Amino acid sequence: MSLILVNLIDGLVTGLLLFMLSSGLTLIFSMMGVLNFAHASFYMLGAYFGYQISTYVGFWPGLVIGPVLVGVIGALIERYGLRRVHQYGHVPELIFTFGLALLIEEVVQFFWGKGQIAFNVPESLKFALFTISGNAIPAYKVFMIFCSMGIFLVLLYILTRTRVGMVIQAALSYPNTVEALGHNVPMVFMGVFGVGTALAGIAGVIAGPTVGVFPGMAIQLGSIVFVTIVVGGLGSLWGALVASLLIGWITNFAAAYSFRFSTIFEWLGLERPANMAESLLRDAWTLTFPQIGPILPYLLMILILVLRPYGLFGKREV
Amino acid sequence: MSTVAPSEAARKGPVNWALLLPWLAAIVFLAVMPLIFASNSALTIMNQMAITIVFALAYNMLLGQGGMLSFGHAVYMGLGGFFCVHLMGYVENYEWQIPTPILPIFGGLFGLIFAIVIGLFSTRRAGTVFAMISLGVGELVAACSLIVVAFFGGEEGVSGDRTMGPTVFGFDFAQKIEVYYLTAIWLVISALAMFFFSRTPVGRLANAVRDNPERAEFVGYSARFVRYYSFCASGFFAGIAGGLFAINFEILTEENLNLVTSGSVLLVTFLGGIGFFVGPIIGAIVFTLLQTVMSLYTDIWQLYLGGLFVLTVMFFPRGLAGLLFMHWRPHQLGKLGTLVVPYARMFVPGAVMILGFAGFLETAFHARHAAQGNEVMKLFKFEFLQYDSHSALPWILFVAMMVAGAYGCRRLAPGLKAAWDEANTARSA
Amino acid sequence: MKTPIRMISGAMVAGAMMIGAAQAADPVKIAFIDPLSGWMGATGEQGLSQYKFAAEELVNKKGGVLGGRMFEIVPFDNKLSGKESLIQLQVAIDQGIRYIAQGNSSGIAHAITAAVEKHNRRNPDKRVLFLNYSAVDPALTNEKCNFWHFRFDANADIKMDAITDVIKANKDIKKIYIIGQDYSFGKAVAAAAVKFLKQKRPDIVIAGNELHPIAKVKDFTPYARKIMASGADAIITGNWGADMVGLGKAVISAGFKKPIYTYYGAGDGITGTFGAAGKGVLKLVSEGQVNPPASPEAKAYIEAFEAKYTKISFAQPRIANVIGMLAQAIEKAGTADDVVKVATALEGMEYDSMFGTKVKMRATDHQAIQDVHILAHTDENVTFDYDNSGFGTVVESTVKMASANIATTCKMKRPK
Repeated sequence: MSLILVNLIDGLVTGLLLFMLSSGLTLIFSMMGVLNFAHASFYMLGAYFGYQISTYVGFWPGLVIGPVLVGVIGALIERYGLRRVHQYGHVPELIFTFGLALLIEEVVQFFWGKGQIAFNVPESLKFALFTISGNAIPAYKVFMIFCSMGIFLVLLYILTRTRVGMVIQAALSYPNTVEALGHNVPMVFMGVFGVGTALAGIAGVIAGPTVGVFPGMAIQLGSIVFVTIVVGGLGSLWGALVASLLIGWITNFAAAYSFRFSTIFEWLGLERPANMAESLLRDAWTLTFPQIGPILPYLLMILILVLRPYGLFGKREV
Repeated sequence: MSTVAPSEAARKGPVNWALLLPWLAAIVFLAVMPLIFASNSALTIMNQMAITIVFALAYNMLLGQGGMLSFGHAVYMGLGGFFCVHLMGYVENYEWQIPTPILPIFGGLFGLIFAIVIGLFSTRRAGTVFAMISLGVGELVAACSLIVVAFFGGEEGVSGDRTMGPTVFGFDFAQKIEVYYLTAIWLVISALAMFFFSRTPVGRLANAVRDNPERAEFVGYSARFVRYYSFCASGFFAGIAGGLFAINFEILTEENLNLVTSGSVLLVTFLGGIGFFVGPIIGAIVFTLLQTVMSLYTDIWQLYLGGLFVLTVMFFPRGLAGLLFMHWRPHQLGKLGTLVVPYARMFVPGAVMILGFAGFLETAFHARHAAQGNEVMKLFKFEFLQYDSHSALPWILFVAMMVAGAYGCRRLAPGLKAAWDEANTARSA
Repeated sequence: MKTPIRMISGAMVAGAMMIGAAQAADPVKIAFIDPLSGWMGATGEQGLSQYKFAAEELVNKKGGVLGGRMFEIVPFDNKLSGKESLIQLQVAIDQGIRYIAQGNSSGIAHAITAAVEKHNRRNPDKRVLFLNYSAVDPALTNEKCNFWHFRFDANADIKMDAITDVIKANKDIKKIYIIGQDYSFGKAVAAAAVKFLKQKRPDIVIAGNELHPIAKVKDFTPYARKIMASGADAIITGNWGADMVGLGKAVISAGFKKPIYTYYGAGDGITGTFGAAGKGVLKLVSEGQVNPPASPEAKAYIEAFEAKYTKISFAQPRIANVIGMLAQAIEKAGTADDVVKVATALEGMEYDSMFGTKVKMRATDHQAIQDVHILAHTDENVTFDYDNSGFGTVVESTVKMASANIATTCKMKRPK
């Protein structure tokens, strides 16, 4: 029983980290109408900036300054790059972000080299906060949880309770009307892109010490972020949260329980093949739950898209 | 050729030369290339180009013709390829009599079967939903390829031997040149088939559904089924590309199914231009050259590639084919010749600026990352361009080149614009 | 610029000289096909610099082979892609290169060994040799062996043999957890571990034996929890790269204080990332002794390497052996162009490595037999550290000429 609690906490951490990334992405999607393939690259940039700043003044300033830098870079890219490409349609925007991802990876390699970077958890958080039947819950993980929850609450507050948030929500849905009303919509877009990438940057600084900082960070994350926002519903912040938690828990629980599929087959009365090396079905017989863990989110996404294309909380289909 | 119609004058007579000529020229070109580039590595690279062309053309059936963006198209090529390699294994071990030249058909059929199955649920909707389902399917199959070792061979993939089948006209395809001609023949056949497909009612309807699905439905055609048929056809040709890959490289791995391959075919097609039939062909050739050949001359090829995509998207969103076809109107007006001189003049400062920029980047990378005592670098690995990356002279030189080139381009730009406008204007006199 | 007449006469003289001294001037080129960009680019770069250094110090500065032919290392970036590797292989062959070195990723090694075998069969006049310096999947010298492939690293089974020898002697270890990446190498490590443990310490309980998807797991915490819950006294893993860092960090931060036996737990930033946390816990199985230096020659060699390549750690001593053994084989065969003769000279050869071991290349399967060490990640008595971190790997125990008589299923077809 206690192991379930431990896994819940671990899954919560993974899920919330995923949320920080997907919240920015889903906002940017509402704005651009197309996915930003360079989002994970901003995450990587955040990790590298956080590391570099931490070597000068420590982890905490790095946590603040790093994402701000990333956000500024993101805003500039939107202003001078993306805006120009926007007029050509969705596919060019996509390709632009692809090219951007390649460029960012090369730039990172230029400045920091190709190997692993020794970005470590700050000393002040390097202890086990509490243990549950022998399993240590590191303080850093609890910090990650609080940080992510804090960000979610701030975002929610800004978007739903402040005037700026109203303008943003309106501009994301009806940009022309909002512009006609006198608001500076291009500035809003720039801000949204900047904040979105800054969020990715924070996720990078926080996740860097646990995941490892190296130029392949962005690819390692892969497409799971897109899966998250699609499952949650494009443009929905609540959807991003729920989907991230769901996926965090699914992958965590799948890895935690080494359930073998052969148990099901034997329960169904099927015979284990005599010569495992030659049998065509040998992979099915040796399959374990942890092996398929990382692909469960994709299965979930396909199911949702076929049955409910809006995603869990999406309001519109794009 | 959905944007430009051949002029009426050329249609007189039984043969439409405007359409036929490019194909004949291409066939002659393909036949003659190995005589110019005869080394095995050149043949391998040309084969790789041919395979990429077939794959990109198949992909453009979805993207350019049908307006469907797919992130997981490598699956059909990969599956077709895996099936072919297994067939090669059966030919070798169990004496099945399948001649190597017809292997790609089986690859195509296998790809088709999977496209039929997956298209059933993925083509219901277009747009982002379709794109994300294709992404999910792509990742699933790629992940499965490491789990289902029986079919996919795990990390080291499955390899085969193309020379074990029955000989065809005395060829056993052990030599690269034989493989080249086989691949070239398949390339022509596939390209012709895809071209004619785009002329059939289904192909034309795909264009209609892409442009205005609602209207197509009003006219009486089911957008969903049109998309489905396009999808299946595209899967078939992707499978053929997979079969050609299997023949050429004799090994298929997880890499053939993954997101990177799916992403690169999107880039290839876009680079060439999705609105034109020849777009993917041009894109495939350029991309293969960049990816394979460039890495032989520089370490920062990824930087150049990324930069190229960003610049293409920002300034030439219609791709390289778009760039070429921009000149159709001057050609029609007979004023193409007037552009030669302005282009030539612009070329010099432009080249100087680009080379200066590239040199600057290369020197910067070398200065930052080279080993101690390894001061001397060779620009683009050419022996005669050796210099010390830490001394000031090369830096000054490259910066000067960039500035001079930029200045020259700036000065000449208005003249080029005037010449362009002139070339595009029909004068009554 | 010289005037045309001077150029022409210069060319004629050069031509005459070349005809006369063609053999002596021609360098022996060795292709290095490994990732030089992308996420494994660091490892590839590191290997390339060690090859260049070895060629320079061990061969070229001593006057080259066969009376003056220098070794030249020609790099090719395969971007960790099987298809690119085959294309670059073809480019290398077309450039007249006869020796192909590769090591990163057994998957690519499989592709190259199959391609080399087919190429040599179809083009007997352009044969090449494949010098595998780092791909340790046992299959390459068992069921997939061929005459043209030589492996200079101890394969996964030999390394496991060494690890289990050390475990056998340690009476404190009663439960072991095996975890690895889900592909041929990870499976080979797990199978070898189970087999050897059963032989040497049947009393040891295997508390867990699992495979995780390669390069897809971002958070190893659930695995770490399982390991802690199992009460294991030691972990065995073949993980490399980000998977190694992720697993190691998760396990250490979950409170695991017992030995972790790894195949690739050091170098390329990994040592620096673990730092103090890995001390006393992280162990590495490897050939080649760096700390303490095995001989004054080795010490001078490594010092010179680190002086020249300040940002790169000296992590693959076996590369020096590859160059040394190739040079010795070429001298013995009397030719660098007839690879059959060179291969015949190479198999069965005994070589004195400066790193303190004899290296014997078995003729049956072309697997090199040498001393295998278990190294500990520590900052004490470290002469040469990794990643400028102060931490390095120090030899804890050595198995002399490990697995010298290990069985093989290799049935090599030899050229007549």
